[in-house]
Amino acid sequence: MGCAKVSRCLAVVVAAFCLVSTVQAPNAAAADTQAIDFNRDIRPLLSDRCFACHGPDEEDRQAGLRLDDFSAATAELDSGLTAIVPGKVNASELLARITSDDPDVVMPPPEVGKPITPDEAGLLADWIAAGAGYRGHWAFQRIERPAVPAVADAAWPLTPIDRFILARLEQEGLHPNAEADQTTLARRLALDLTGLPPEPTAVAAFVANDSSEAYGRYVDQLLASPHYGERMAIEWLDAARYADSHGYQTDSSRSNWPWRDWVINAFNRNLSFDQFTVEQLAGDMLPEPTREQIVATGFNRNHRINGEGGIIAEEWRVETVIDRVETTGQTWLGLTVGCARCHDHKYDPISQREFYELFAIFNNVPETGTIMGQATQRSGGNADPIRLLPTSAQAKKLARLEQVVVDAKAALATEEKNLKSLAEAWAAEVREALRNAGEAWQPFEPLELTSAGGASFRRSEDGSWLVEGVNPPQDSYTVESLIPAGQFSGLRLELLPVAGLAGGGFGRGGNGNVVVTKIEAEIDPPGDGKAIPVVFKRAEATYQQKNWEAAKLLSGKKGDGWAIDGNRADINKPRTIALLPAQPVEVPENSHLVVTVRQESKFIGHTIARFRLAYSTEEPSLLGVNGLRLPKDVRAAILAAVENRTPKQQKEVEAFYRGNVAGPIRQAEAARDAAQKSLAAFRKTVPSAMVMQEGPRREAFVLERGEYDKRGEPVAPGLPAFLPALPEKEPVHRLSLANWIVSRDNPLTARVWVNRIWERLFGVGLVKTSENLGNQAAYPSHPELLDWLAAEFMETGWDVKRFIKLLVTSRVYRQAATVTPEALTNDPENRLLARASRIRLPAEVVRDTALASSGLLVPTIGGPSVRPWMPDGVWDETSKYGNLRNYKPAKNDDRYRRSMYTVWKRTAGPPTMLMFDAPNRETCTVKRSRTNTPLQALALLNETTFIEAAHGLAKRMLAEGGDQPADRIAYGFQVSMGRQPNPLEQQTLTDGFSADLARFTQHAQAAEQLATAGIVPRPDGVPLAEYAAYTLAANVILNLDEFIMRE
Amino acid sequence: MHPLQPLHVQDQLNRRVFLGGAGGGLGFAALASLFQPASARAGTPAAVAGFPNFPPKAKRIIYLFQSGAPSQMDLFDPKPQMEKYRGEDLPDSIRKGQRLTTMTSGQKSFPVAPSMFSFAQHGDSGMWFSELVPNMARHADRWCMIRSMHTEQINHDPAITFFQTGHQLAGRPSIGAWLGYGLGSENADLPAYIVLTSFGSGRPDDQPLYDRLWGAGFLPNEHQGVRFRNTGDPVLYLADPPGVSRDLRRATLDRIATINASRGAALGDPDISARTSQYEMAFRMQASVPEIIDFSDEPKHVLESYGPDVHRHGSYAFNCLLARRLSERGVRFVQCFHMGWDHHGGLPRAIKGQVKDTDQATGALLDDLDQRGLLDETLIVWGGEFGRTIYSQGKLTENNYGRDHHPRCFTTLMAGAGVQGGLTWGATDDYSYNIVTPDQKVHVHDLNATILHLMGIDHLRLTYPYQGRDFRLTDVHGEVVHGILS
Repeated sequence: MGCAKVSRCLAVVVAAFCLVSTVQAPNAAAADTQAIDFNRDIRPLLSDRCFACHGPDEEDRQAGLRLDDFSAATAELDSGLTAIVPGKVNASELLARITSDDPDVVMPPPEVGKPITPDEAGLLADWIAAGAGYRGHWAFQRIERPAVPAVADAAWPLTPIDRFILARLEQEGLHPNAEADQTTLARRLALDLTGLPPEPTAVAAFVANDSSEAYGRYVDQLLASPHYGERMAIEWLDAARYADSHGYQTDSSRSNWPWRDWVINAFNRNLSFDQFTVEQLAGDMLPEPTREQIVATGFNRNHRINGEGGIIAEEWRVETVIDRVETTGQTWLGLTVGCARCHDHKYDPISQREFYELFAIFNNVPETGTIMGQATQRSGGNADPIRLLPTSAQAKKLARLEQVVVDAKAALATEEKNLKSLAEAWAAEVREALRNAGEAWQPFEPLELTSAGGASFRRSEDGSWLVEGVNPPQDSYTVESLIPAGQFSGLRLELLPVAGLAGGGFGRGGNGNVVVTKIEAEIDPPGDGKAIPVVFKRAEATYQQKNWEAAKLLSGKKGDGWAIDGNRADINKPRTIALLPAQPVEVPENSHLVVTVRQESKFIGHTIARFRLAYSTEEPSLLGVNGLRLPKDVRAAILAAVENRTPKQQKEVEAFYRGNVAGPIRQAEAARDAAQKSLAAFRKTVPSAMVMQEGPRREAFVLERGEYDKRGEPVAPGLPAFLPALPEKEPVHRLSLANWIVSRDNPLTARVWVNRIWERLFGVGLVKTSENLGNQAAYPSHPELLDWLAAEFMETGWDVKRFIKLLVTSRVYRQAATVTPEALTNDPENRLLARASRIRLPAEVVRDTALASSGLLVPTIGGPSVRPWMPDGVWDETSKYGNLRNYKPAKNDDRYRRSMYTVWKRTAGPPTMLMFDAPNRETCTVKRSRTNTPLQALALLNETTFIEAAHGLAKRMLAEGGDQPADRIAYGFQVSMGRQPNPLEQQTLTDGFSADLARFTQHAQAAEQLATAGIVPRPDGVPLAEYAAYTLAANVILNLDEFIMRE
Repeated sequence: MHPLQPLHVQDQLNRRVFLGGAGGGLGFAALASLFQPASARAGTPAAVAGFPNFPPKAKRIIYLFQSGAPSQMDLFDPKPQMEKYRGEDLPDSIRKGQRLTTMTSGQKSFPVAPSMFSFAQHGDSGMWFSELVPNMARHADRWCMIRSMHTEQINHDPAITFFQTGHQLAGRPSIGAWLGYGLGSENADLPAYIVLTSFGSGRPDDQPLYDRLWGAGFLPNEHQGVRFRNTGDPVLYLADPPGVSRDLRRATLDRIATINASRGAALGDPDISARTSQYEMAFRMQASVPEIIDFSDEPKHVLESYGPDVHRHGSYAFNCLLARRLSERGVRFVQCFHMGWDHHGGLPRAIKGQVKDTDQATGALLDDLDQRGLLDETLIVWGGEFGRTIYSQGKLTENNYGRDHHPRCFTTLMAGAGVQGGLTWGATDDYSYNIVTPDQKVHVHDLNATILHLMGIDHLRLTYPYQGRDFRLTDVHGEVVHGILS
């Protein structure tokens, strides 16, 4: 984070530095009733107002004063003054400065805009008077299990949690709410634990069972549901910045869903949180890791990858590594480690050097930092390193194809052993050919010449043919001749000028230019044998016009061709082209060679005026338009006798043979290439996951100002010193980091995780700043409870399901959400938990609940991401890049899968999800905002998915809800809300239904329009008006506040 | 004292009613919601609100973002002396080892490509414009032309993200979200921050835009810009389902309100009535938005002034007129993004396409606002995310050249409320490569600080606490460019 360097003395205005925040510690002003607690009352004050200039950041420390440490804060400064003199308020310069009226003297400087209030100054004075006791930041202290407090009402608590909460309520003179009714609890639990509403039958069974175990059994059922893992994964995907595209400019797709499925599965099989952590951070480094453990490491590959043209790869590789450090710190430690990227952390004891020591741990992944030019990018767009995840059938095929490659390589190696003899045999042939001084290109005498356009041919003395007579706009010449047995290895066509014609005289009509659109050749054996077409692979010309190159003859594209600037008299160059096959073609005895030269361009009269043909029997790879392409020194080496060749010459002959001449080696090589190609092609179809890997160690440095190219001192992997050290001699790498994160002595991990679970189930975390547990964290509402839960969680084996069960079986959780105005005034955020909180469902759950209530939900778990309804081309108005353009919603089951499977484009997510506060997944997010906007109303009222859900719910009402409108509507309400409507709700909905039915009966067209919106099939035998009216009733139910709330 | 600090309770209650739920912590800025008209915020204590910090010069902004980076030396920063260096290599004394994108860093030479276009002075101020933008030039005495803009970013994604959010990486709130957070909305029926997009004809496929450019980052989500779409519903899901008339929708909303109210009474949760009021807002938007995009009430001469494209939904001209209509109705921040300015090759042809899209409509927008007396209270900003190089990317020929990205100097124009018309601010060297007026350099952070200033906001004070830090749009930088203010 770019914080300016300032270096000014204490009294000087400090205008620019990392800005600090107001953190509301609930107890900050409680000094009148309790003794001062440094961590609760003093540290937040010092941290917020003072640490930025007088805290851990050494470089920007002003006046040499450090206030985050007792001995430093009480030491004499260079100025001779002492900030804090324990027990002596008047001698403490700190007090003098914070209470000064002089704007040049007062601290913090007025420009910062964060004055210390008289109350706060009083608190500081009392604290100094009492000895200025320091204690380490609470979240950095080892987690010890506190005693469970005693309570007056011993009958109320069911769990230790209840005693902590009740003790505080009793202290405040407050009483907890009564228990919520059974139907509310059934829905609350189902939504919290599975993200889906309960089935009416499950609710009925739960309500009917009044045994004392019923509640716990219902919880167990939900925890055993495979949808539990899906619900648990949602926030984890936010933290992991999981998405289906690479992000940045192009934002093309990737396919890392196997990692997403690993997370769901890990929660479902209740993998302990410590193991969950280790496998995701360093599963690849475990001894003999399983495929699943390697897939788990995708956590730290879910970052964005920049593919913009013109980027400097190292800059973005560094960003990737930094992203991993920040994400890991944020997710597990609740720390903003990234603040130390450019300078020592302003609030927490993490130096810049320590940041880069962490960086070094994540720095060794064999990756480029960009998807550009990454040849290995493959399998669903995934970027290396990846792990292939074949099905068993795919695995068999892979093994087979890999074996083919191995065999082909072995065959090639065998052939290569014969290189010397093969090369010499060839050299002998060439030597013979060179000695015989035969021409590489030999003219041939046609037996027959024909023109498709009716022109005639006249032979010149030089063996060329002049074209005369009819002059058609296009033409095609066919030349048939005898060819000696042996081999045919190339065709050459010379175009020659004719005096008196336009331009350079090459073309018969037009401007003198010629366009040859195609040349075909075939070997026609005698008798009934079929003609053998020659496939030309290479074209070489002495001259070619721009955009009409020789190679265009081979493109096969209509309209392409070879042209020669024949209109220009100023170019005095031969216009000759050679066409060569990959391999020589065998020519049987008495065969004919049939050559067709097509000149079928759209340019009129660009036909050949005079030409000459030749063929060759030499090795095609050695042939060029001007003859044999032997390099000079190879030629010399070949001509020298074997015994006279120098070793260098011998090598040259062999290398030339190896690289250019068709024969057993090249054949084996082609076979190997083909095998490799089909292996690679098949691999692309096999699913894969992006995974972590330890490549060769890269050097790491402190990067000045955090810039990739400003390398300072080299650093080795290391861990921040303020947290417990690794066992001695234990090397620092990803695996030891992971083990350290989940060690019993780590003060942060368990606190962070139990706080986030608490936040999800109770609305607000025990620490309100669930994203930050550093010095700037809000003080916990129930610090002892937090520590008790963290200790409990660790000491019961980091057992997530057990822990969640503990929370949801508490009395606190089971309270009703009703609130009086007075209670609301006293505790608007429900920090004391004298009631349950009503919580707006997360985006995914809003949609899933609608799908489930309507019976449309397709509950399949996992697999590639899907395309539910979103507007056609939903992302096209802001980008024409990448392969996620032209969005088309599915019309099959994929349309109704749970929202977590929706294809997620990072630079523009699924709109309805974003409207309901899902983060965009560009960076790690551990806390979602919960807003209420008109756009959400529009989505629930009108989005096609929700209209289809209304259709589905209407059909359920009709099919399952009895015969009477009132019963059907009550059933629809029951299915959606988990409870029966009360009389007012029933009346409102039923009256509304009757009115709508009357209206739709009158307006048949409107009824038909509503009934046929979307793709849900209409129910058989139901009048359109009735179906439309039930649809609208369902639309109302799905838009009630209660429907998208967890109550 | 009560541990829950009753002093803040009323404020928190108000917030809950307005925002309908817990957002982030309390900042110093007003907690005005996206759709909450200023009058309805009366209950928010002034001591917490405090915004604007001082009387604003500008009430509203229309920001014409030219995405892809227009070439300053072909439009606004004439360098006729370059003709004599045509084809010569850019001297090292000018380049000074500055990093280049990998699109040209491998080039063997960096041949100087003088602009093909001629420049002339315009207006009383004698401001220079190239022949490409005659209609912008008509307003010479209204524009403040900043030739000394600079940034650190050399690639599109990070550069435009930096412009919009003050940071090159994703995650921070956009400038419009900050404004909405600080100032709220003037119009009860429309969002405070509206985004319009158009593709350019110079390079029809360039450059992509990203949701984060108008995103709320860590601010409460309701502050994100609402992008009007060019096809289908102008605001997503605005249209009622087929067969549901306005009357019918009204009737269903009444039922929802009745049931919500009874639930609210039973539970005592004020969030429930907040939900109902958002449904009312949605209902009003269903009327107000279609009315705004329907230009049939515009006089013919106004439509004509914007050029024929004004009739094409999703064109720059259409968006300019729509911006005026939105602005007129109190939408505080309208941002038009026009794509297609990334001219690595074939610049002379491509830039002609871009100015054909933009020049007439930009000129017309200024006239139109002026004729309605709105220009004095509306700030206009015109510019892209960085500049372009004097040297040619790819081959330089007589009538063709391309230009790579250039961060060290480029031109941005401002007009309207609070800026000095006819002022040319800052200057560049002969190669338009480096800024030669050290006391008139304008960094992206400085520009953003200045924009906030014109809206009555001290950029140092508009902060939001997140992850233990108070963040602001200008990070720890930014100085208001007082020299360009009127």
